[in-house]
Amino acid sequence: MTEFTSWDIVRNLLLAVRWTVVLSLIAFVGGSVVGAALLALRLRGGKVAQRCIGGYVQVFQGTPLLMQLFLGYFGLGLLGLDVSPWTAAALALTLYTSAYLTEIWRGCVASIPKGQWEASTSLALSFGEQMRHVILPQAVKIATAPTVGFLVQVIKGTALASVIGFVELTKAGSMIANVTFRPFTVFACVALFYFALCFPISLFAKTLERKTNVSRA
Amino acid sequence: MSAVLETTETTTAVGAPVVRITALRKSFGTNEVLKGIDLDVLRGEVVCIIGKSGSGKSTLLRCINGLEEFQDGSLTVDGKPLLHESAMAMRALRQRVGMIFQGFNLFPHLSVGRNVMLAPTLVKKRSGADAEAQAKKLLTRVGLAEKFDAMPEQLSGGQQQRVAIARALAMEPAVLLCDEITSALDPELVGEVLRVVESLADEGMTLLMVTHEMSFARKVSDRVIFMHQGRVHEMGPPAELFGSPKTPELQQFLSSLHD
Repeated sequence: MTEFTSWDIVRNLLLAVRWTVVLSLIAFVGGSVVGAALLALRLRGGKVAQRCIGGYVQVFQGTPLLMQLFLGYFGLGLLGLDVSPWTAAALALTLYTSAYLTEIWRGCVASIPKGQWEASTSLALSFGEQMRHVILPQAVKIATAPTVGFLVQVIKGTALASVIGFVELTKAGSMIANVTFRPFTVFACVALFYFALCFPISLFAKTLERKTNVSRA
Repeated sequence: MSAVLETTETTTAVGAPVVRITALRKSFGTNEVLKGIDLDVLRGEVVCIIGKSGSGKSTLLRCINGLEEFQDGSLTVDGKPLLHESAMAMRALRQRVGMIFQGFNLFPHLSVGRNVMLAPTLVKKRSGADAEAQAKKLLTRVGLAEKFDAMPEQLSGGQQQRVAIARALAMEPAVLLCDEITSALDPELVGEVLRVVESLADEGMTLLMVTHEMSFARKVSDRVIFMHQGRVHEMGPPAELFGSPKTPELQQFLSSLHD
């Protein structure tokens, strides 16, 4: 029987952690792009667009991410599309992220005082000019901390991708635990890896929050 | 082409109304706040609108640059009709109508100079150097030449409001709307803002102001309008309106101010 050293465990988890990072980045970047597009639609579009996007947000916020992954993986399969765990995980997490980000950002834009819209409107600025030069510069400042904070949720969310067979940190952990018979050690390491990824980001978000609060006071 | 000629004609005509409001009605839901307003504001005229809160004064002002949509009636600025559906027409109209707000509404993330320069560079496509020279001139005019690089939060309320005036003037409007511009100011800062407005009036700027400063209205305006329950209730030269108010509503309003 092969002996597994602790280094073996850590080394294999280290190899898997990159997929967690890559999947998180895809979800975050993709989610930001989709989220921004949805925000634009929501601000500019008519009542119908607003209601549709409101519904979209509710669906993703009101169902477990695990179900979204299942539906992405098996649902697309039912439609005859052969999706890899990679595609399904990336797609589901991107949509999930976009729903949360568009809602966070909508709140930030809504928190800009009405007077800023009115002043820029009365100066004959177009909607695009208002957004670019007046509203977004102020909204981005407010949005940075909660957005970075949400990245932590995305990273932890990628753990669920393990259930559809995507080999990231958690899946690698359970595979290693199965062969080493040392589940506690393995999952303790897995937890430490997640913490090592998330903690600096949380810290960064806190710092940002403090900074924006100071400048607004 | 003929349309262009027509509009230049109306803009150059002396004594022609800059703002012409006809039978304007505006409701918020089922609540009708403006019940048929007719009002012409002539070029160079200073008109003050007084009245109780809720009488529709601010709403009327906000209709003139399209911040509020009205349901019925017509409104023209410089002979051009206000069309809510046309973004182009609204953009053109808003370039002719400046507005100053009670809450200043300066852009907090931009320096004082940038606040003034933003709209001319974006909307009028002015070059940076041009806009900067103009902003400096306007800030000098409101007595804030040295604040060009300051941020709005570093200024007092009175100074912020004077920057807001410079910002509105930078678009070279044909008429300036002032919506209770001294109401948010500490009493000792009211004078500096009103002096700037008075100097604008002296220079021939067309002004339409909603105000609670009765002594100012009396001193500066050519015409005072008393609004009551969504209508122009009484209108006339300040001496007449303040000296011998005809309607009981105005009498009551004026006496309530002295309590």
